[in-house]
Amino acid sequence: MTEIFGKPLPVIMGQLLIGLINGSFYALLSLGLAVIFGLLNIINFTHGAQYMMGAFAAYFLLNKLGLNYWWAFAIAPLIVGATGVVIERLMLSRLYKLDHLYGLLLTFGIALIIQGAFRHEFGSAGLPYSIPEELSGGNNLGFMFLPKYRAWVIVASLGVCIATWFIIERTRLGAYLRAATENPAMVQSFGINVPRMITLTYGFGVALAGLAGVMAAPIYQVNPLMGADTIIVVFAVVVIGGMGSIMGAVVTGFGLGVIEGLTKVFYPEASNTVIFVIMAIVLMFRPQGLFGSR
Amino acid sequence: MTFKRKLLSTAAILALSAGAAHAQVSGNVVKIGVLNDQSGTYADLAGPGSVLAAKMAVEDFMAKDKSLKIEVIAADHQNKPDVGSQIARKWYDSDGVDLIVDVPTSSVALAVNQVTKEKGKALIVSTGASSDLTGKACSPNTIHWTYDTWQLANGTGKAIVQTGGDSWFFLTADYAFGHALERDTEAVVIKSGGKVLGKVRHPFPSADFSSFLLQAQASKAKIIGLANAGADTTNAIKQAAEFGIVKGGQNLAGLLVFLTDVHALGLEKAQGLIFTESFYWDLNDQTRAWSKRYGAAHGGKMPSMGQAGVYSGVLHYLKAVSALKSDDGTKVIAKMKAMPTDDPLFGKGSIRADGRKIHNSYLFEVKKPSESKGPWDYYKLRATVPAEQAFRPMAEGGCPLVAAK
Repeated sequence: MTEIFGKPLPVIMGQLLIGLINGSFYALLSLGLAVIFGLLNIINFTHGAQYMMGAFAAYFLLNKLGLNYWWAFAIAPLIVGATGVVIERLMLSRLYKLDHLYGLLLTFGIALIIQGAFRHEFGSAGLPYSIPEELSGGNNLGFMFLPKYRAWVIVASLGVCIATWFIIERTRLGAYLRAATENPAMVQSFGINVPRMITLTYGFGVALAGLAGVMAAPIYQVNPLMGADTIIVVFAVVVIGGMGSIMGAVVTGFGLGVIEGLTKVFYPEASNTVIFVIMAIVLMFRPQGLFGSR
Repeated sequence: MTFKRKLLSTAAILALSAGAAHAQVSGNVVKIGVLNDQSGTYADLAGPGSVLAAKMAVEDFMAKDKSLKIEVIAADHQNKPDVGSQIARKWYDSDGVDLIVDVPTSSVALAVNQVTKEKGKALIVSTGASSDLTGKACSPNTIHWTYDTWQLANGTGKAIVQTGGDSWFFLTADYAFGHALERDTEAVVIKSGGKVLGKVRHPFPSADFSSFLLQAQASKAKIIGLANAGADTTNAIKQAAEFGIVKGGQNLAGLLVFLTDVHALGLEKAQGLIFTESFYWDLNDQTRAWSKRYGAAHGGKMPSMGQAGVYSGVLHYLKAVSALKSDDGTKVIAKMKAMPTDDPLFGKGSIRADGRKIHNSYLFEVKKPSESKGPWDYYKLRATVPAEQAFRPMAEGGCPLVAAK
């Protein structure tokens, strides 16, 4: 059998693919963060909790209303996005004039409250959610068994990432958004309702987190703490990619997923740390992040 | 003036010593601290449920014996040894806590074990697992109550090797507990004629097990032993199903599975799992009656073995304090070892000189969804390991307390 550094090739190939799958989640979550930071200048610490809410929304749609995974895929992001709109209108909108730090503290507090409430209500062991019938099972690729659902995760998140990038960088709506962050007064004077646009942008970023939550529900337990564990890694991804850079968030998300996957083969004990080591190195040599501009 | 001051201070000292001579119970109250994970991975299998179990023990004790004033408090050690030992120190030094119970997460349990010994207080470990607590880290101030890694390895490992599962690959949580469980199981597997093909240590806690499972799959081992607990175990089992590991002919062995984990997984995914526990709510009339009471106060949830162990341990502790009329940690633990144990949950038992509580151990299999009559009806009993065979023989543990004798 062919070997690379003493590990059989099929194992490495398998890990690369797994890395891509995990990278999909990192990409989707850091994308939402990057959109919110890029356009609102808010460091959204509630993101992990909103990801968790997406998974719970899917669970409740299935168990209370009998709506399956595909319904959840469409509806749960809307529900979570709507809660984001409420948060933005009631609280965040009062902080735009202040330092970043206030937004960070507020969203961090909201995250703790949401997580605490869910944990109190549902415990910490998590609730079961099954893979949809159509996507259960998998294919043997020769070097590994690829579950259909995981393949779907890669495809869906890539699609969402590309669409988001396209909307913001290549359409008129995106141009308004980018202009509004540069100079809100000027854009407002052209008759565009800037506050509403900002509210909807926050809602959209949050909906992305909700969507990631729905996609995660069948793989992990639907667990009140699932976001708290993930969000720290995702922040590291955003920092490495460059705060506010959409392309950066997506590329680093997938890339770091792969690096983390390889670490799990060569030195599994370090697999939780490797991303932060990379973050430290990047910050030392390129403080604005790999794709960030000063 | 100076004379007056001297007189006053002498009087104060006299009053203090007189008080101590009469009431041997420090601060006139027996204070019990439940120290566990209140909010993380292990909060469901220990957490607030253990606090409830401790309060139920106090209630049941007070119904028969009103001689003591008892108080129960709780804190969250967040599965961190430094946080756990800090709380323990503060409790012992300034809050007047006499007994700490529960302490899941072996690394924390070992740290608190050390603090308790230093301060001469009392510790009953119920949800913590490492067999080192009655081995090289044994202490005259600690009793390991409910189960340990040696018992789990011996019960589950032996049963699986005997039914043909003779090649193993370990998925191990990378901290004291995982290492102990892996070590104890490996020893049993090899002793029973099996072999270990490989192992991988995953960070604690982990959400994604796919790459570790892939490595396990590539090893072609018949059995993948999960030397982890709580959400780590449930996630690993769930993802193993996704990667077709069981369909591919490999089997999973959950080395430490709690009832709450099975509940979280659902029977569809958990069915057929075989594992060892010391307690199940549906064992007999007494366990059913107690668990019903527990469930009524805890949102209908049934107790895990760790929570049941907290009840049983606290009850025995209070009996010893009452008999001794003192809550001096070292003395009470010695008294507890001298008295036979008896309670509705674990039946009659005893505590060995090395601090190991001895009772029956059970090999359970998770029911198929069609066999279950409803929520929490999850286990069927495969075998009962009698108390005297369930735990590591005292001579093999290397406990200095025993060797000194």
